[in-house]
Amino acid sequence: MTSLAIRGGRVIDPANGVDAVADVVIADGRVAAVGPDAGKDAAETIDARGLVVCPGFVDIHAHLREPGFEHKETIATGTLAAARGGFTTVCAMPNTEPPIDNAGAVEFVLRTTQAQGAVRVLPIACVTKGRAGRELAELAELAQAGAIAFSDDGAPVADAHLMRRALEYAGMLGVPVIDHCEDPSLAAGGVMHEGWVSTRLGLRGVPASAEEAMVARDIALAEQTGSHVHIAHVSTAGAVDLIRNAKARRVRVTAEVTPHHLALTHEAVLTGPGETPGGLAYDTNAKVNPPLRTPADTDACLAGLLDGTIDCIATDHAPHAVQDKLCEFDAAAFGISGLETALGLLLTTRVGAVREPPLQRLIEALTIAPARTLGLDARIAGLGTLSPGAQGDVTIIDPEAEWVVEPETFASKGKNTPLAGRRLTGRVVATVYGGRVVFDDR
Amino acid sequence: MSRERLSPEPASGGPVAPAIETKPRAGWTRSHLLDLDDFTPGEMETVMETAGAMKEVLGREVPRVPALRGKTIITLFYEASTRTRASFELAGKALGADVINVAAGGSSVEKGESLIDTVRTLQAVGADVLIMRHPSSGAPYLVTRHVECSVINAGDGWHAHPTQALLDVYTMRAHLGELRGRRVVIVGDIAHSRVARSNIWGLAAAGAEVVLCAPPTLLPAGMRPGEPGPEEPLALPRVEVETNIERAIAGADVVMALRLQKERMQSGLLPSIREYATLYQVTEQRLALARPGALVMHPGPMNEGVEISPAVARSLQSVVDEQVANGVAVRMAVLYLMARGKLS
Repeated sequence: MTSLAIRGGRVIDPANGVDAVADVVIADGRVAAVGPDAGKDAAETIDARGLVVCPGFVDIHAHLREPGFEHKETIATGTLAAARGGFTTVCAMPNTEPPIDNAGAVEFVLRTTQAQGAVRVLPIACVTKGRAGRELAELAELAQAGAIAFSDDGAPVADAHLMRRALEYAGMLGVPVIDHCEDPSLAAGGVMHEGWVSTRLGLRGVPASAEEAMVARDIALAEQTGSHVHIAHVSTAGAVDLIRNAKARRVRVTAEVTPHHLALTHEAVLTGPGETPGGLAYDTNAKVNPPLRTPADTDACLAGLLDGTIDCIATDHAPHAVQDKLCEFDAAAFGISGLETALGLLLTTRVGAVREPPLQRLIEALTIAPARTLGLDARIAGLGTLSPGAQGDVTIIDPEAEWVVEPETFASKGKNTPLAGRRLTGRVVATVYGGRVVFDDR
Repeated sequence: MSRERLSPEPASGGPVAPAIETKPRAGWTRSHLLDLDDFTPGEMETVMETAGAMKEVLGREVPRVPALRGKTIITLFYEASTRTRASFELAGKALGADVINVAAGGSSVEKGESLIDTVRTLQAVGADVLIMRHPSSGAPYLVTRHVECSVINAGDGWHAHPTQALLDVYTMRAHLGELRGRRVVIVGDIAHSRVARSNIWGLAAAGAEVVLCAPPTLLPAGMRPGEPGPEEPLALPRVEVETNIERAIAGADVVMALRLQKERMQSGLLPSIREYATLYQVTEQRLALARPGALVMHPGPMNEGVEISPAVARSLQSVVDEQVANGVAVRMAVLYLMARGKLS
């Protein structure tokens, strides 16, 4: 019997209401015990005194790019990045090439993860064949093969009728549909948030209404069908309000928010990470979809996360190759490489926020909350918790440690972050997956 | 303080033109001209004075000075242009520089070369000054981070066209003198206009009262009548916004009409050209609401009968041709200041 004890840390396990100094003992890949001095006889120990020990983070929204875009990321590099970011479970979006719209493709992701993955990958499959938005993919077969949700992420299911049918059909399977809410006609050609920054920079904007119109539509469809719709990467105050109202009516809607939509605003496009000639950065690393919005929007998203309107945090990790970003703003790819900066950005925001979210809530929103949001805890017992018998997935963090973001040191192939050179507070110290240390920066 | 001399081109046959003098350039340190948003009043004065000197050069029998002899100026245009490109070319040649024109259509750009690779290549072949026009806002800002040579923005997307705004300010000052408190009305497609944006910066810095006039569909995001705009230090300067042209023009010292692009109809921004002309054309009746003798301007090319009536376009109040002529002098001034600044 192999055992690993993480000793003397402040254990925060929101699912079990635990916040106390204790040992976490993992035996044969599973949580064996949590308690004071529980690990004194373990074969191997990690000294976690002064650190926070919590369940491995669960990211329900990441782009691992494989197959098809291996120059941007692979399952191997993406899961290493996840481990560095404290994530032990990653749900991979299906906008690959070919897209994950058939059972064979789902099996490819699972097999590749088994062979090369540093952490667990749970595949999300397409809603429609080829992500083309015209015909439903074979959802039952995809679910059977292991797809944990359906999404055409990167694009919405634009056709309202098709979305209705997708929700009805997926509802039969008990699998949620994740929608990237963006009305294509309102967003057409937009490259950043429509507001005073886009006006100054002369860039085509994406109005907040592009997101809100489709969130409203999806809520109406979820209410009508009784099926579960999950709103990806909420970015506007209006969308938060719509979801809050829908939840009050007990509509089966859940939502996630990214660290960058909580922490950054559209001004990042203008100012960039540092001094820029002429004062205008046109920072392509701050180009993301949905776009970074206004301080009022980030405040509303944070308020939504704190009051439970927004269920959880997801990274929308979107790695890109250098040339995808080293070009004109209009031509640059959308996306931020987010797995490795998620915790630091969240905790740094927390320091600056008017309403400081408690560390417990942030950890909850990174662990049990995302697991429950997509029903992952029903598939993998104890996922996102340190309950006895749960997977031995543990993240050890130092919430006070400061570090400087150096994209060139990322495990991810995607060095595309608007945070280069920025000092963040809160660092992942070590990550344990299935009882094995997969990242160790002690 | 010494005065600089722009000595004349050694005459080959023609009469020797007298040297011209400019005042010392008050600390001209700018190596790129991307917009007027960070222009100091001193820089504005330097450009205006130097442009005046260049105008004098252009009036000579042999309108040439060798100030930039041996310098290589490359124009890189990713969008069609008649007057701006020709104006820069004339300006460069009048200063004795070698001017090479690269059109994106006739270069490796067609083979998919990136903007950065293209400009690095042009620098490698010896460009001292790169003049670029690009359909993507911000493209010249990207370029300045990858080359050592001077970069002049000849228009980037909807964002900026600083030499157009400089020649507009120069033309206004030639007629009105000091612009402080003058009412300058810009009518037309503000949302998609780099000319409007650069003029807002240039005119606001000069203390002019800027009025933008357009239907809401052609106004930039966040600009509405009666809403002064956000109190953000980094936002465009606050301006008056009007959707009614009569109210906008009333008491104006300058009325500038912008070109209306035909494709605006397809994107649902306007019902028809006819309706636009009815509501927003600068006509004689409307111009009569402005101050007597108010200037009529247009950055060109004009759609006569759409944004401006033919009668107004050809009226004595129109300074459209003068704008074009001043464009050469202003661009000479900019090239001179930038190339000399780099040299010293």
